[in-house]
Amino acid sequence: MSSISNKIDKIIPKSIKENIRDYGMYIALAVIILIFNYLTQGLFLTPRVISDLFNMTGYIAVLAVGMTLIIVIRHIDLSVGFIAGFLGALAAILSSRFGLPIWLIIPIVMSAGAIIGMGNGFIVANLGVPAFVVTLAGMLVFRGALIRITKSQTIFTGNDAFNAIGNGYIPDIANIDGVHLLTIIFGIIGIVLFTYFEARNRQKQLAYSLKVSTMPLFIAKILFVSTVIMYFVWKLASFRGLSWTVLIVALVVGIYHFITKHTTLGRHIYAVGGNPEAAELSGISVKFTTHIVFASMTMLAALSGILFTARLQSASPTAGTLFELDAIAAAYVGGVSASGGVGKVTGSIIGALVMASLTKGMDLMVVGVSYQYMIKGLILVAAVVFDVRTRNMKSKRI
Amino acid sequence: MSGTVLRHIHYMPEGVVFMAKNILEMRNITKEFPGVRALDQVNFQVQEGEIHGLVGENGAGKSTLIKILGGVHSYGKYSGDIVLGEQIQKFSGISASEKQGISIIYQELALIPEMSVYENIFLGHEIERNGIVNWNETRIRAIDMLKKVKLDVHPNTKIVDLGVGKQQLIEIAKALSKEVKLLILDEPTAALNNDDSENLLQLLKELKLHGVTCILISHKLKEVISVADTVTVLRDGKTVHTMKKELSEINERDIIKHMVGREIEDVFPKRSNKNFGEVQLEVKNWTAFDKKLGRNVVQDVDFNVRSGEIVGIAGLMGAGRTEFAHSIFGNFKGYQLSGDIQIQGEKVNMKSPRNAIKNGLAYVSEDRKGNGLILETDVKQNITLANLKQISSAKIINKNEEIKVAEKFRKSLRIKTPSIEQKVKNLSGGNQQKVAIAKWLFSEPNILILDEPTRGIDVGAKQEIYTIMNNLVSQGLCVIMISSELPEVLGMSDRVYVMAEGKMIGQLPIGEATQEKIMSMATV
Repeated sequence: MSSISNKIDKIIPKSIKENIRDYGMYIALAVIILIFNYLTQGLFLTPRVISDLFNMTGYIAVLAVGMTLIIVIRHIDLSVGFIAGFLGALAAILSSRFGLPIWLIIPIVMSAGAIIGMGNGFIVANLGVPAFVVTLAGMLVFRGALIRITKSQTIFTGNDAFNAIGNGYIPDIANIDGVHLLTIIFGIIGIVLFTYFEARNRQKQLAYSLKVSTMPLFIAKILFVSTVIMYFVWKLASFRGLSWTVLIVALVVGIYHFITKHTTLGRHIYAVGGNPEAAELSGISVKFTTHIVFASMTMLAALSGILFTARLQSASPTAGTLFELDAIAAAYVGGVSASGGVGKVTGSIIGALVMASLTKGMDLMVVGVSYQYMIKGLILVAAVVFDVRTRNMKSKRI
Repeated sequence: MSGTVLRHIHYMPEGVVFMAKNILEMRNITKEFPGVRALDQVNFQVQEGEIHGLVGENGAGKSTLIKILGGVHSYGKYSGDIVLGEQIQKFSGISASEKQGISIIYQELALIPEMSVYENIFLGHEIERNGIVNWNETRIRAIDMLKKVKLDVHPNTKIVDLGVGKQQLIEIAKALSKEVKLLILDEPTAALNNDDSENLLQLLKELKLHGVTCILISHKLKEVISVADTVTVLRDGKTVHTMKKELSEINERDIIKHMVGREIEDVFPKRSNKNFGEVQLEVKNWTAFDKKLGRNVVQDVDFNVRSGEIVGIAGLMGAGRTEFAHSIFGNFKGYQLSGDIQIQGEKVNMKSPRNAIKNGLAYVSEDRKGNGLILETDVKQNITLANLKQISSAKIINKNEEIKVAEKFRKSLRIKTPSIEQKVKNLSGGNQQKVAIAKWLFSEPNILILDEPTRGIDVGAKQEIYTIMNNLVSQGLCVIMISSELPEVLGMSDRVYVMAEGKMIGQLPIGEATQEKIMSMATV
């Protein structure tokens, strides 16, 4: 008996230790939220604040998703902030001046983004110019383009459907006591899917006699995650429900998570990031992969621009300023490694939420903007220190 | 060990009694790396004012010995004593060693290409006061140093604009500027042409007259013989022999005998039925011009391999073997290629590794950490990387398939890992190599190129890899094995090519190949 309990003792800390980098950010996010909730006497965890927190993270979150892959392949993209601003303005013009519907504007603007990204990718991969320089140049170019296209004035979208993407909420089928039913249903679907995939995954690993967590631990994990999801879904539902922004971000994260985890393209991206020479020798085209990643980044910048424009209901000549740095920070906080080949899309979303929580929490506490910047800077460094330390810890040989 | 007896008094030709004293004595040096004993009780003495040749096969321990002397492996990381000027030295690092007048010039030159000659000569020990560099003084002193090494270049010239031969001289000038007492050169002529080599050796002789003691590590035995007063042979981490010029002990035949003198242990599993088929790969007039180096790294190579055959490519480091492998594998950034490749009699054009893989080639790199494996990724993903198509449909990877494939190879190649989800960086060298081989076997090649397949792995794992190779050829694959370990070449190959300076010097059927023959072909 004692040997079994010994075993469990051994397994639990080990599996936690091995995954500390994955769990670390979730724990940090939870701690930050709880601290702010305490300091604001429960204000932080009210439905309105939670809903707002998610919505304000949206346009940075999509950028962070793209930036994750850029950093994974050991590059950087500084141009995406103003590209988001520029393409957001383009979207506003297409809406206000040409009266195009939003479902047409999104694909047009995102395609435009992808094309710009291919240009970046071409200069980086084929002409061998460092991405830092290429995208720094792009930042200047699109800053100018943004001022040009807006003629230094604010452009209103003049379209409610457009603005709903940034401010609106999904419609409801029935509202019970002020609780958004469809949101709750979505939440339940999410939990069911999560449980299903986790169980299937575990089954598979068992079938191949890989080591898995013990059954009680597994159930505890499912219960815990479900509770957390349901908690936030409940908060959203008791405000106005799920916003279009959150839905879009969830969709983007879902797609990118799938691509990075389950497709050959995803595998190629991580291989190129992990060791470009080895990838090339394995028959992977480093150039092609670089093109794709840059195109995807700028395509997401377009989406970010649309979300931001919709949120403000207008495009401004300064939109997009410093977005790229927020996205980079989110990615690093989320555990992406600067040395390439390591980093998860979901991690970066958590990173974005950490940064947004800090902003939101300190706003609620009426902390001055100057301190906010300093604190966020320190958190960024702390996160990367944590990342580097835990990686060294794990690199012990067997 | 009788050869290590030193005569402390001997007569100079002029008849002057000269008390030759040891400038350096390394006593009972032992250095272990995980799993390997690189140096085993090495004793090594260098007399003041001599040129001392240090020779041995790749992996004999020369570099390790020099790194200990240079403070790269600092005090405490080895056992034994370094005695310099009658004092036991405990070098804490490179600078501690340099302070004692030891200067090492490594094969990879430590010059900053974009800086000028004079900046480089005084790099790290600038002529300065309160942190402000006196550039005029620096330039004047640099001109002095350049005169000493008989190099006629302007001190303002950038290193990048100089040839390798001249760069080598700059390195020596740099050492002289540090008032070097003991100058150590690691394969200084490996990348030089004949004239430059001759020039360099001449310079060493002149420096000797000025009291600079020199340790020369070289594969080129003829050079060593032409300048060395004493030659020490290392083999398998031990000093096996020391020879003196004044006793006329130094000759090539004896050096080679001592270098390779080990008995070939029975680590090479026998292959019972050898069955050679058609020529699978034929390379003709193959030349690769490296634009960066400005010379042919591979020149006029003719080469072929038949199915069911293991062909060894022997040669020394820098002979162009890896470059040859990369160039036929389609990985030739910066190379200008000419010549023909035929696969099964048909001419093909290897545009990229992707293309080469499609044509049935696989290349297990000699540098598994540098460009062979993705260390941060797990075993299964490394194994499937070169042939993801096989386990995916519509570009979506079937992870069940992936696990099956990885498990299959784990069992068949006996890869020791707690699970196939272990990161490759956590495996031992031998197991990493097996993962690299598994990766390329999964790409189902016809022709497998193994570049230094057993470098840095222990004997047990070596033997397993040899067994894998034998199994593969008995299934009709071709194996091309590039190796610097002669016993391995002789023990495994059916035919041996010898490369030197980018050229195929010749080929030997295995019956005729001996270590001595290969060595003398490789050390032109």
